[in-house]
Amino acid sequence: RSEAGGEMADTIADTRRLFSKPQNLNDAYGPPSNFLEIDVSNPETVGVGRTRFTTYEIRLKTNLPIFKLKESRVRRRYSDFEWLRGELERDSKVVVPPLPGKALFRQLPFRGDDGIFDDSFIEERRAGLEQFLNKVAGHPLAQNERCLHMFLQDESVDKTYTPSKIRQA
Amino acid sequence: MSFFSFGQSAEIDIVLNDAETRKKAEHKTEDGKKDKYFLLYDGETVSGKVNVTLKNPGKRLEHQGIKIEFIGQIELYYDRGNHHEFVSLVKDLARPGELTQSQTFDFEFIHVEKPYESYTGQNVKLRYFLRATISRRLNDISKEMDIVVHTLSTYPELNSSIKMEVGIEDCLHIEFEYNKSKYHLKDVIVGKIYFLLVRLKIRHMEIDIVKRETTGTGPNVYHENDTIAKYEIMDGAPVRGESIPIRLFLAGYEMTPTMKDINKKYSVRYYLNLVLIDEEERRYFKQQEITLWRKGDIVRKSMSHQAAIASQRFEGSSSAEKALAQAQAKEQEQ
Repeated sequence: RSEAGGEMADTIADTRRLFSKPQNLNDAYGPPSNFLEIDVSNPETVGVGRTRFTTYEIRLKTNLPIFKLKESRVRRRYSDFEWLRGELERDSKVVVPPLPGKALFRQLPFRGDDGIFDDSFIEERRAGLEQFLNKVAGHPLAQNERCLHMFLQDESVDKTYTPSKIRQA
Repeated sequence: MSFFSFGQSAEIDIVLNDAETRKKAEHKTEDGKKDKYFLLYDGETVSGKVNVTLKNPGKRLEHQGIKIEFIGQIELYYDRGNHHEFVSLVKDLARPGELTQSQTFDFEFIHVEKPYESYTGQNVKLRYFLRATISRRLNDISKEMDIVVHTLSTYPELNSSIKMEVGIEDCLHIEFEYNKSKYHLKDVIVGKIYFLLVRLKIRHMEIDIVKRETTGTGPNVYHENDTIAKYEIMDGAPVRGESIPIRLFLAGYEMTPTMKDINKKYSVRYYLNLVLIDEEERRYFKQQEITLWRKGDIVRKSMSHQAAIASQRFEGSSSAEKALAQAQAKEQEQ
């Protein structure tokens, strides 16, 4: 049986997939290259009376080459987070997410509860700080800032540092 | 419209000669409604009849002349007063005089040039219409009939694929590929996204079709972007070496051919926007222009011939083809 000849190509579009290299099995089943986990936990109130303040433990686990340490553990207080946020807003083009509230009203006297040392408030703040760090640390532009690495992995935050960008070898 | 019972008025009706056989095309009006109009192409002759029906039979209709025009014009919404006519043809149907009874006039515009496609956009409109006018001392009587023009193209001789490597240094590297750079309106975009480096937590990936209408020139250029399609191509986190296929059928979307600098007044261009979204809702995108063109309808070949082509396209490997041939051979044996 004979069919009509002519331009066969136009009638039905060729929708076959484009060729791709088969994936390396180590890449497919190995650990992903984007592992980054940050936990904010273990709030501890230190000091006495008016000079009391709360610190939080920040634990980081990663396989991103931009972080010097693949595991780190530091303690920071709320004002350190405020400092970090200020540095990033000034030096990077990142739209920095907000921190959990400062809650100044909790520092007024004659409150019925423990003010800023209240358990439920600390827990709320801890969760907000964790969310903040995860959002920020995953941002490619924030990862280039020295202040972020100092905040996450150095023993202490040196506010007299010279702001700079990290450059990969 | 005259509400006075004395004096004479008339109704005009324009009819194309091939109204029975000519196809109609759907076209959106400025307020978004869709209507059907006769479809014409560049170079076609426009011929028909103008029927003038007197409202008060027996009374005469005095006039300064009857004519019919074929007009192609561009209207910029921010400058409504100025119509830019790029096609303007006129045929006189009757010299000044009077009509004593309803009459029909024949007209023919031979091989009319219709260089651009009809277009109703966000800030500009290009339309073609016939307008019959009975000139009178005080007020003219006129009737317009809009028609739609499509511009057809043939298969481009050169239609290279688009292949590019893009990314953010040390964070995300991808190679994207689209099988063509020029697609017709019922075509399929076949492509792939290959991940070379993934240090971000990607949550999903989509491809958008963006239409950009540009009006005005020099310092008054105005771009109007409209996302006419959003098509998710990946849900989940990819890793290095993974290849995500793209198959996007264009026939389902309302699009026009790419229009470049129409009569130096406006352009309509289309872009594919590849968007990756990470866990924190950050968006990473790469825009790439594609050319859209309109293919003419072709006569359908026999169904079994089409089925044969379809099955060839579907079977990728030779072993599958062998199995198919064996199955066919077995059938014939029985």
